[in-house]
Amino acid sequence: MHQEERLMSLTLKVWRQKSPKDQGHFETYTVEKVSEHASFLEMLDQLNEQLIREKKDPIAFDHDCREGICGSCGFMINGEAHGPLKRTTVCQLHMRHFKDGETLTIEPWRAQPFTVLKDLMVDRTAFDRIIQAGGYISVDTGSAPDGNAIPIAKPKADWAFDNATCIGCGACVASCKNASAMLFLAAKVNHLVSLPQGQVEREQRVMRMVAQHDDEGFGACTSTGACEAACPKGIRLVAIAQLNRELLRAQFCYQEGSKEEGI
Amino acid sequence: MMVYGLRSYLSSTVGKKFVMGVTGLIWAGFVFLHMLGNLLIFAGPEVYNSYAHQLTSSGLIYVAEFILLGALLTHVILAIQLTLSNRAARGSQPYACTARGSKSVLLSSRTMMFHGSMLLVFLITHLMGFKFGNYYETTVNGVVMRDLHRLVVEVFSQPLAVLWYLVALVLLGVHLSHGVGSIFQSLGLKTLSNEALIKSLSWTYAIVVTLGFLSQPIYVFLMMR
Ligand code: HEM
Ligand code: SF4
Ligand code: FES
Repeated sequence: MHQEERLMSLTLKVWRQKSPKDQGHFETYTVEKVSEHASFLEMLDQLNEQLIREKKDPIAFDHDCREGICGSCGFMINGEAHGPLKRTTVCQLHMRHFKDGETLTIEPWRAQPFTVLKDLMVDRTAFDRIIQAGGYISVDTGSAPDGNAIPIAKPKADWAFDNATCIGCGACVASCKNASAMLFLAAKVNHLVSLPQGQVEREQRVMRMVAQHDDEGFGACTSTGACEAACPKGIRLVAIAQLNRELLRAQFCYQEGSKEEGI
Repeated sequence: MMVYGLRSYLSSTVGKKFVMGVTGLIWAGFVFLHMLGNLLIFAGPEVYNSYAHQLTSSGLIYVAEFILLGALLTHVILAIQLTLSNRAARGSQPYACTARGSKSVLLSSRTMMFHGSMLLVFLITHLMGFKFGNYYETTVNGVVMRDLHRLVVEVFSQPLAVLWYLVALVLLGVHLSHGVGSIFQSLGLKTLSNEALIKSLSWTYAIVVTLGFLSQPIYVFLMMR
């Protein structure tokens, strides 16, 4: 049976900020005739077209894949990172989850290490620097058949994969009352440490990545769990316990120089 | 830059939380034993006083007090340091909205500094009231000792004192309902398979400790006044 497509109108309070130096303020807009099948970003596209027709500056927001896998998108909707739906990025959030006539407050991720560049876009290069500090495997891991030739227990492989699904969106930092990036950091460390290929740089990786995390000015974990609730990929809070364990273990197991230089 | 070596580890966010966990664990352990000891009020004045006398007349009490005081100071100093640096990390621009729905979190976990500070105030009033409170003497089986039982009855005959203990002990329970689980997280002992168990342990511990402690003032106030 064919059903009528529901159209809705919304009031949006959107954070507008011209540049990192600008003070920034909320601006209120109305969007009419939004399809319930539109994604949240498509709804913003519709608003932007409207703004362009009115010769106003469109709202800047990050996006790329629009299928929940790249980690580019993300902002707060009514105080919730990526909006009200769990395990969903804003690009995969559909307007059918909202009511006609609703007012939505849209703000960028906020945290000291995440500078607002423009409107809803923030600088997340701190994450890149954490990865550069150790989120890689630099030994030769061979090609695909070599990977398949190494048996890995199913629960280990699953755990590695669960952690590997982190897309680096920053929702964990944005929701954390301490602006801690521990969930992101833990996902990256656990992913590699769970696999045989990750063993060679095991100690130096975690020691460098935690140091970079702290240098960037992210806060400490208080196991509050806002990150876990906000994470679109379902990274678990318990991942941080493994990170803590890894850093402690590294203090005893690290052999200076030898491993990183391959001697 | 690497977090390697004791100094570097202890000044990292992860290392500081490890110390928070250890010091919290020391106090959580003490609090539990203290609660069990208090239950001796139900065994009568002689048993209660003799137990307290035995505890305080051994030299080990000074070692225990030293460890507890050191742990508390460390816990409080780190709590202040972490709270300040966590606030700085949050930045100066607050959000206009806070999460209400499925992405909101337990209030207890957001307010550790508040109930923690209340516990510090409570601890001072508690020590002034009992440890450094009125000194009465009694003789049990020919041994002269402090009559703590009399002091307990005296204090908990006052409705305001009972009320203050009620508030403080509920806050202790709230602090520990989050704190005990957090110990396992900070010390890296939590895993996928024991996560649910630790959550129940944390809540059970908090409820048992709070009710166990509360039984004393309530029993005294209702039955012995
Ligand atoms: C009877 C006294 C106390 C006990 C049993 C206790 C226990 C605990 C425990 C078990 C934790 C969790 C540690 C962790 O996350 O690994 C904790 C955290 C905390 N405590 Fe206490 N505590 C006590 C007193 C205090 C006092 C006096 C303060 C404040 C002045 C305080 C402030 C905090 C704060 C802010 C946290 C959270 C720290 C963080 O997660 O970064 N506590 N406490
Ligand atoms: S842990 Fe989750 S919320 Fe944090 S960056 Fe990765 S995907 Fe985003
Ligand atoms: S745009 Fe790629 S995850 Fe949303």
